Amino acid sequence: MIFRVFEKEELKQLFDILSDHNRVVAPVEAGRDGSGRPVYAFSDVREFNDIRLNHTVTKLPAKRYFLPFKEDLATFTIENDNWHKSIAYNIEQPFILFGLHPCDINALNKLDKVLLHSVYPMPYYAAKRKNMFIIGFDCIPQPYCFCRSMGADTALHGFDMFITDLGARYFVEILTDTAYNFLRHIRTEEPGEDDHILYMKVVAERNEKFTAHVDTTDLAKILDMEFQSDVWKYWGDRCLACGTCANVCPTCYCYGVEETVDIDLKGARKTKMLYSCNVMDFAEVAGGHNFRPERHTRLKYRYYHKHRGFVEAFEESLCVGCGRCGESCLADITVPEVIASVRGSGRNE
Amino acid sequence: MAESRTRTYLGVPLYRPRVAFFEFSSCEGCQLQILNNESTLLDFLSLVEVVNFREAMTERSEDYEIAFVEGSITTEEEIKRLKKIRKNAKTLAAMGSCACFGGVNQLKNRFRNPASAKREVYGSHPVDSGPVRAVEDVVGVDLRIYGCPISKDEVEKIVLHIAIGKSIVVPKYPVCMECKRNENICLFEFGEPCLGPVTRAGCDSWCPSNRAGCWGCRGPAEDVNLRQMRKIMEENGFSEETIIDRLECFGGFLSLMKPERGRHG
Ligand code: SF4
Ligand code: SF4
Ligand code: SF4
Ligand code: SF4
Repeated sequence: MIFRVFEKEELKQLFDILSDHNRVVAPVEAGRDGSGRPVYAFSDVREFNDIRLNHTVTKLPAKRYFLPFKEDLATFTIENDNWHKSIAYNIEQPFILFGLHPCDINALNKLDKVLLHSVYPMPYYAAKRKNMFIIGFDCIPQPYCFCRSMGADTALHGFDMFITDLGARYFVEILTDTAYNFLRHIRTEEPGEDDHILYMKVVAERNEKFTAHVDTTDLAKILDMEFQSDVWKYWGDRCLACGTCANVCPTCYCYGVEETVDIDLKGARKTKMLYSCNVMDFAEVAGGHNFRPERHTRLKYRYYHKHRGFVEAFEESLCVGCGRCGESCLADITVPEVIASVRGSGRNE
Repeated sequence: MAESRTRTYLGVPLYRPRVAFFEFSSCEGCQLQILNNESTLLDFLSLVEVVNFREAMTERSEDYEIAFVEGSITTEEEIKRLKKIRKNAKTLAAMGSCACFGGVNQLKNRFRNPASAKREVYGSHPVDSGPVRAVEDVVGVDLRIYGCPISKDEVEKIVLHIAIGKSIVVPKYPVCMECKRNENICLFEFGEPCLGPVTRAGCDSWCPSNRAGCWGCRGPAEDVNLRQMRKIMEENGFSEETIIDRLECFGGFLSLMKPERGRHG
């Protein structure tokens, strides 16, 4: 790993160089909520000043840039009862993710395990993932962030460079040649002893700020034991089965495929749509049978996939503790509370 | 319009049903929706043989297989007419919120004293208008096309699927799924009410995408948690009145909240 430091005004220069020839996606302010607080979202940016590097957490993750909510897997043209299939991976040019927090970088690393490094990689994901340049950025933990409990509070890989704000200057970790070459266009220096001390101080201060926690000790085992627990019913009674938790989650990747025919009968398409295991339709199979017709069983499966099944397969959970699901859930169902309740210390007692 | 040469799709002959459109107590907006999209209208019309469509043609026929029924049922005469349509049609589709649930019209059922309300509106002019009923409260319904107004895309898809023999699937999940796909900021963030979490999707979150809360025109999603929805509305500071007005507006939720009917008037 190579470290450099640079003056703050150099960052704009770096952005200008990058955005000159590339598409840049970064956190911006998408609006203000009822109390006047900014709401952040990832979006295409052209101006450095539109980027909000001090953003808290975006409502939606950057997921749609590599796992779009809706994506055509294949399109068909139909002529005289013959058909021709075309496949596109739906990425026109490489792009830069500018300002990803550690949780979101770790989310990509987790998705890679399933969608890139498994027996059957998903080419639609791979095509986008391989054409992505990632600039990570440090963050200020929010009251709902429990990434530290999930081991996702720092990113060790999965980015090209990672920038930490030292107050007066930026500290950058460089992981790839591409990042190194880009950085040659701005003025950077070798960090000195002072910078190292400052970096460690900044990191220590950040660590103090985590207030939400999840006890993951033996969690996969405990979930196994508590499969029939009443707590699931309690959360199921609150759940709206609206699917929002999965839609805002940076690691939820489950999907459904729909085939549609154009009204002029000259074309057809196979469309993939991100789904949520919480919604009624997802557990339904051909013929109409539903494996999980009750809300609590569906909610439970979302937790079992993340904190048990995935752990068994990959020795880590499919949750980075970004807190988005709990923040967006209108029924106020949060991961720390659900897990605590399963462990026997929740509010439903 | 009456081109009857058999078309095929991937070598399989298309089923080109004879269809008829009928309106009862409604604004006829749903029928207009179908005529709305000129770019696909001809394709749509080539998939069916329309034998009755007052909004678009003058000829009539009683020989049809699919009847698309728009509107709620409010008079004795309408009941008779609807029963006759049911007899003629192999498939009866209730089209739009009025046909599916009574629609906005059924709000009048809230009055405890309909006679005085009638006097207020029509004076001494005699009007034959009884309680508002959904189509399925009078005759059997085979297919429901939700929405106020219906989405033209959805009707086109249904007709297309009938023609090519593909099953008709409507979302069971609520509007929030589409709203998130459309990357909207949730209206509750702005302090505005929305019935998206309990309303059946399929409109592509039409209202929230235009920054207006959902009023539930498509009726309840399946396995809906109305109790929690009301709790959320309450916790977000909306009055009982606001919540009930919204839930009652199109009539879709009435069967889930029956005891409260008829408080007004
Ligand atoms: S966001 Fe909340 S209410 Fe909606 S499905 Fe998820 S847990 Fe249930
Ligand atoms: S489950 Fe919730 S906290 Fe965990 S990664 Fe997904 S959105 Fe973030
Ligand atoms: S605006 Fe309405 S439909 Fe959209 S997420 Fe919020 S509650 Fe759901
Ligand atoms: S958002 Fe709600 S009220 Fe608006 S069209 Fe859709 S279902 Fe109807």
